[in-house]
Amino acid sequence: MITELGHFALILAALVAVAQTVVPLVGAHKGWRSWMALGDPAATLQFILVGFSFAALTYAFVVSDFSLRLVFLNSHSDKPLLYKITGVWGNHEGSMLLWVLTLALFGACASWFGSNLPASLRARVLGVQALVSVAFYAFILLTSNPFLRMQAPPFDGQDLNPLLQDPGLAFHPPFLYLGYVGLSMTFSFAIAALLEGKVDAAWGRWVRPWTLAAWVFLTVGIGLGSWWAYYELGWGGFWFWDPVENASFMPWLLAAALLHSAIVVEKRESLKAWTILLAILAFGFSLLGTFIVRSGVLTSVHAFANDPERGVFILMIFGGFVGGALTLFAARASAMEAKGVFSMVSRESALVANNVLLAVSAFVVFIGTLWPVFAEMVLGRVLSVGAPFFNAAFSPFFVLLSLILPVGAILAWKRGSLKKALTPLWPVAVLAVSLGALAFAMQTGRSALGPVGVALGVWVVGGALTDLWQRTGRQGVTARLGRLTRLPRADWGKVIAHAGMGITVFAVAALMAWEDEDIRVAKVGDRWQVGIHEVELLDVYREEGPNYMATKADMAIYRGGREVGVVHPEKRVYPVAEMPTTEAGIRNGVLRDVYLVIGDPQDAGGWAVRTYIKPFANWIWGGSILMAIGGLISLSDRRLRIAAGAAKRKPAPAGGVPAE
Amino acid sequence: MRRLVLILALLAAPAWAVQPDEVLDDPALEQRAREISEGLRCPVCRNESIDESNAGISKDLRVKLRERLVAGDSDEEAVQYLVDRYGEFILFSPPKEGANLVLWLAGPALLLVAAGVGYGTVRARAAARTPETLSDDEQARLNEIMGS
Repeated sequence: MITELGHFALILAALVAVAQTVVPLVGAHKGWRSWMALGDPAATLQFILVGFSFAALTYAFVVSDFSLRLVFLNSHSDKPLLYKITGVWGNHEGSMLLWVLTLALFGACASWFGSNLPASLRARVLGVQALVSVAFYAFILLTSNPFLRMQAPPFDGQDLNPLLQDPGLAFHPPFLYLGYVGLSMTFSFAIAALLEGKVDAAWGRWVRPWTLAAWVFLTVGIGLGSWWAYYELGWGGFWFWDPVENASFMPWLLAAALLHSAIVVEKRESLKAWTILLAILAFGFSLLGTFIVRSGVLTSVHAFANDPERGVFILMIFGGFVGGALTLFAARASAMEAKGVFSMVSRESALVANNVLLAVSAFVVFIGTLWPVFAEMVLGRVLSVGAPFFNAAFSPFFVLLSLILPVGAILAWKRGSLKKALTPLWPVAVLAVSLGALAFAMQTGRSALGPVGVALGVWVVGGALTDLWQRTGRQGVTARLGRLTRLPRADWGKVIAHAGMGITVFAVAALMAWEDEDIRVAKVGDRWQVGIHEVELLDVYREEGPNYMATKADMAIYRGGREVGVVHPEKRVYPVAEMPTTEAGIRNGVLRDVYLVIGDPQDAGGWAVRTYIKPFANWIWGGSILMAIGGLISLSDRRLRIAAGAAKRKPAPAGGVPAE
Repeated sequence: MRRLVLILALLAAPAWAVQPDEVLDDPALEQRAREISEGLRCPVCRNESIDESNAGISKDLRVKLRERLVAGDSDEEAVQYLVDRYGEFILFSPPKEGANLVLWLAGPALLLVAAGVGYGTVRARAAARTPETLSDDEQARLNEIMGS
């Protein structure tokens, strides 16, 4: 019964979304206030309805209602409760329901927190947002209905893919969706602005929190996915340039570009057309990502829906929205007149460079991801594009980005002086180069990747700290320390996020350059040396979990003859899903992880055992967390929370408010 | 999943990536083998190198690669040997020839274009300035207001 109510609520939500599209958009066009005002209650109602629908599906998973086809296919009565709940979005239909729930949530938020938006802009934003929802409701109801019943309910389900039964991956999709769908909000703002024919500083200020929020969610989502891959897949890889990873990485890159160019719109009323275009492209890439994942056009790990019908449908949604938006853009963009004047050496120019690098790097990921499809369809060549290509073609962009970041972040708005900006940075540059050289001297016969990573990391992190210190004025140290606490949160957010990026760049390079590995057959009681650590295989035994069987090992790790920890790598088999997984035994450390994997028993006795030393592994996610925290702090800045009256606000005077 | 989804159906007993018995005695040669095999794709997996993969065919490729290296092949010869038998699909890094040049050059080319456009934008903004002198009409209007 609840299931049917959920199904019904979903259909109602779709109808509400249709009304929410038509009425406010017509109202805004005709200037009818009462029609425009309908957008707000409709957004709230739509959210409540789709929220109920999602709750109904969750309930079916929790009580293991196997009369529901989706529950039967993706759940099992023995599964822990947490994974029954996360199983709701561990499949195509449920995840699409989560997608529309998020769409409705963002629409409702725009209504709840958008009281300071001009009525016509708000009506148009809500209308466009609902139009996106309509497309996805149609997609769900016509091709991917989660509420289909089974004729004869089976006794038990087929279980969720065991790899998804993991805390890291359980929460990876919701964050990604919040990010993907958050970009729909910037898209709605962009289309609404094109319809209004007006982009000004206030628009830049309104659109930025949404972009920032979407970017923070994408950062967390991607970080979780990468962390999961690291500890779960059994050899400590953290990024594979898999098409589906790329699908989330492209919007991340464009969102990063967008949130920087929106600053220029807000502060200087320039780059308007470009910012609108970026907002369209960023959401376009989110849709493209959905298409890549759902259609299975690029065979990939994550493609749980290899269904051409669905692929075509999403391709139509993608073509409709991106094509329509670009047409509108072409017709209206010329009306976006740039106002701010700035010189060649200025913060604005640095942000243009940032946008060039981020956008082109996203394009490189794009072409690399789709090249195999193109090659096969057009050239008739079956080929692969993998990590070696991306490492070679993509990394230079982040090297360049890291090089210009500290300088650009410190340059003055409007008219800057390179000499002035570089003066406080010289010590950082010297430190970065010397530490890089030191790293080069200490490592013997390894690639230059590690030292370059050290130098770049020190340069970016040191640059961020210098930036912060520069903001505190020129008085004595105590006065400056006092001013630190009173800096706008946006400044802190900027510094923390930039430092986070420096740390991640460094950690990725360090891990790739300095990893150590040992593969051997070990018998119980064997002890061996890997780097500065010794590892001993203490015991291997069988253990039974709630819904799996495990071969588990006890392994001790010694350093300098002293035991520093015991870890328990496992090899699990999930009988229902007929699938084995590895659970690596990881001893986390600040400077390095010791990563142990137990393999198969050998014919001659003993076990295949792998030992990996992963230097600075946790710094990769530490940096990602810092980036997300920086975004959140910036999001909490007073300026963005209290934007009342911003509509009438004049463009900020040059050099006035310190820049984000 | 990465390694298993498809493959499991095909193979009874999955074996993990590089096995101890595959490792060559000569560390330098083994190092070369590892580096090459990281760039070769497992033909039946999803985006996995033969170095990471546990598919049987990956093991065959790893062993074959090591045989070629022991036999004295250069890196290129050994890779070519495998490509001749399994197709260019196994190369994670598409050869830089023919149409693939589009792939390899797209990034640098677009960077040049984008940098050019960016430079143009910045220059336009640098050159634009708010008019400092009034136009004739504006001057006339000002005179009118000032009542002169």
